Amino acid sequence: MAVKTLTINGDQYSAQEGESILAVCRQHHIPIPTLCHLEGLSTVGACRLCVVQIEGNPRLLPACTTKVEEGMIIQTSTPKLEKYRRMIVALLASEGNHVCAVCVANNHCELQDLAYQVGLVRVRYPYLYPDKKLDATHREYVMDHNRCVLCTRCVRVCDEVEGAHVWDVAGRGINCEIVSGLGGNWGDTQTCTECGKCVMVCPTGALFEKGVTVSEMEKKKGFLKYIITARQKKEWISQSE
Amino acid sequence: MTVDDLQELSEKELQRQSGKKHRILYCSAAGCVSCGSEKVSDALKAKIKEHALEKECDVVGTGCLGLCGEGPLVKVKNDRTLYQNVDVRTAEQIVESHILNGVPLKDHQTDLAAPFFTSQTKIVLENCGEIDSERIDEYIGARGYEALAKAVNEMQPAQVIEEIRKSGLRGRGGAGYSTGLKWGIVSKAHGEQKYVVCNADEGDPGAFMDRSVLEGDPHRVLEGMAIAGYAVGATQGYVYCRAEYPLAIERLKLAIKQAEKMGLLGNRILESQFNFRVDIRIGAGAFVCGEETALLQSIEGKRGNPKPRPPYPSEKGLWGMPTLINNVETFANIAPIIRNGSDWFAGIGTEKSKGTKVFALAGNIRNTGLIEVPMGIPLRSIIFDIGGGTPEGTEFKAAQTGGPSGGCIPSDQLELPVDYESLAKVGSIMGSGGMIVMDSTSKMVEVAKFFMQFCMDESCGKCIPCRVGTRHIYGLLDKISKKKGTQDDMVLLEELCMMVKETSLCGLGQSAPNPVLSTLRFFRHEYEELLQPVETYQDGSAPVADFTNG
Repeated sequence: MAVKTLTINGDQYSAQEGESILAVCRQHHIPIPTLCHLEGLSTVGACRLCVVQIEGNPRLLPACTTKVEEGMIIQTSTPKLEKYRRMIVALLASEGNHVCAVCVANNHCELQDLAYQVGLVRVRYPYLYPDKKLDATHREYVMDHNRCVLCTRCVRVCDEVEGAHVWDVAGRGINCEIVSGLGGNWGDTQTCTECGKCVMVCPTGALFEKGVTVSEMEKKKGFLKYIITARQKKEWISQSE
Repeated sequence: MTVDDLQELSEKELQRQSGKKHRILYCSAAGCVSCGSEKVSDALKAKIKEHALEKECDVVGTGCLGLCGEGPLVKVKNDRTLYQNVDVRTAEQIVESHILNGVPLKDHQTDLAAPFFTSQTKIVLENCGEIDSERIDEYIGARGYEALAKAVNEMQPAQVIEEIRKSGLRGRGGAGYSTGLKWGIVSKAHGEQKYVVCNADEGDPGAFMDRSVLEGDPHRVLEGMAIAGYAVGATQGYVYCRAEYPLAIERLKLAIKQAEKMGLLGNRILESQFNFRVDIRIGAGAFVCGEETALLQSIEGKRGNPKPRPPYPSEKGLWGMPTLINNVETFANIAPIIRNGSDWFAGIGTEKSKGTKVFALAGNIRNTGLIEVPMGIPLRSIIFDIGGGTPEGTEFKAAQTGGPSGGCIPSDQLELPVDYESLAKVGSIMGSGGMIVMDSTSKMVEVAKFFMQFCMDESCGKCIPCRVGTRHIYGLLDKISKKKGTQDDMVLLEELCMMVKETSLCGLGQSAPNPVLSTLRFFRHEYEELLQPVETYQDGSAPVADFTNG
């Protein structure tokens, strides 16, 4: 495969053809915040946190879905990009009912981490306080829509890795919601295998195991790389992250 | 069917038509149907029967006759007389006085020498209001399928693409990408199967161009698609039509059936080696499915969510195969270009925008209706000559083009030539052809709020800037319109607009802030008049918005 050379933040890097900008940045420890992206799942370019500036392109492009090209000159962190990222996280914070202090995922939450990472100290938009439901009908797990950020990781892991496709998105725009089955209770679905993959890939406290309380829900995502490597390369790696 | 058969059929149809003394056309497009044109046609037919005039008189339901605001419309073709606001009684009078005694009615007549009719140039709409859209013979009589025969029999696919490229035709769906270039890319892309898709998911509020073309001349679109299929090497076409257009879908279905029966679609078209099938896919009411990647997802039976581009549909479209997507109006332009040559087409319009554009004229204007004008025509001509200006006692304020993705053009830009580049320069877009006219009674903050509510409701919810950003922009506009906004809200509004525009995933989000940005650009004072007075701090300085935080 052909090798491409590109410039990121003024430094030169080489990358393989077909690699995404995000993959190259991750390899070289160039920080780019992400939310919907998760190694091992398909990329959807939905959260827009990883947008970068590419010279000669008037549009901001997401690093996760944009493939490297020879001679690309990329800026991953400019005042504008940083401001937009802060705005996106602020929008997320205003959209749901996120109360860290009483959340099972407090201290283990990617949304919380993101807020620190982008330097969000104040939300200027009015909180929407939507009327969201909680679904505790499943034997082992709970879905709390109040904390959902609609990253669709659960949808993708269930469809692509587990092959059950319990989850999907219903509704439009601000009224979008993750649904199980055809929109009924999670506990009533015939397709759920109770594998818990969705719970583990969920970035926030929206999906959690029953029995945990504040700050106790730690998400272990190592299984994903373990399964994918085993399937693709027939190698059995350690499950720790 | 061979080319000779086609020729014969055309002559036969023209003979049949010229054998009749009168050809009475009534508008059977959605607008006139909704104000009672079916009753009018029943009355016409009954009276014709009563006076035993069937042999010398044709009563034909046609596509849109243009002047939608004055419907139902009836035209007596041979005498070049158009009647407006026709009710059952008038229809009976038309037969008894005009047809039977040769005395045209004095009332209800429309002046066909008015600029509304004379300032238009018709290419896409040349058959609209002239032929019976439900009879393929009439389309063939109007030189229909001649271009397809020419392409398939006399031209190589590359020649067809070259002809379209040279014509300078640009996509009529809004963005204005060169149609010839797009066809070239799809023809060169590798794939065992290629597809041609017609985007008939016209969703802009106030737009009804594509609907009128599909209802009035569906074969023209099918012919354009078949020529495109031949040019790019596709054997399957889909028309993606929104479910809100039941009449268009019905006529399309009929048209496909007729064309297949005659060997003008399907296998071995016109006895050549070229096969092309067309199927209809019906949308489920989502505006975002007009965005090409979402549209393809919807055809595949999935949730209509947009996907990041690249890959573009021309490389990886339907089921991963190269797919050509054009809008209804673009396809409707193809047959005349092939028939009359690219030079003819390139002779109309401006240097960079060739041909004509169909507009749906709506809003505060005297002549609401469907018009087709050459590219580059000054906005003033559209509004004042064709449209007849705003209602009495009001003044023209602005025109909105491009619907919720476009912007407004204020009255000091009336001399602006209407083409892709000029509209972009003033912050609007050509869009698919909706033109909403606003007069001095319109409030621009309300206009922006209306379009933002539309975008907020129609956002698919996939990406955060569009899903949540449009909601907050709407909230801010609502607050300002209720006189509760502050200067800080204005700062927030503009920041949000820029962010949503620059970071959203698809065209819907990227263009959703346009109506706000453009009304802010030209009518900022209307926003500021609604703001609460700036409270000053004790030291006299005004409160400053916090720029550093999200």
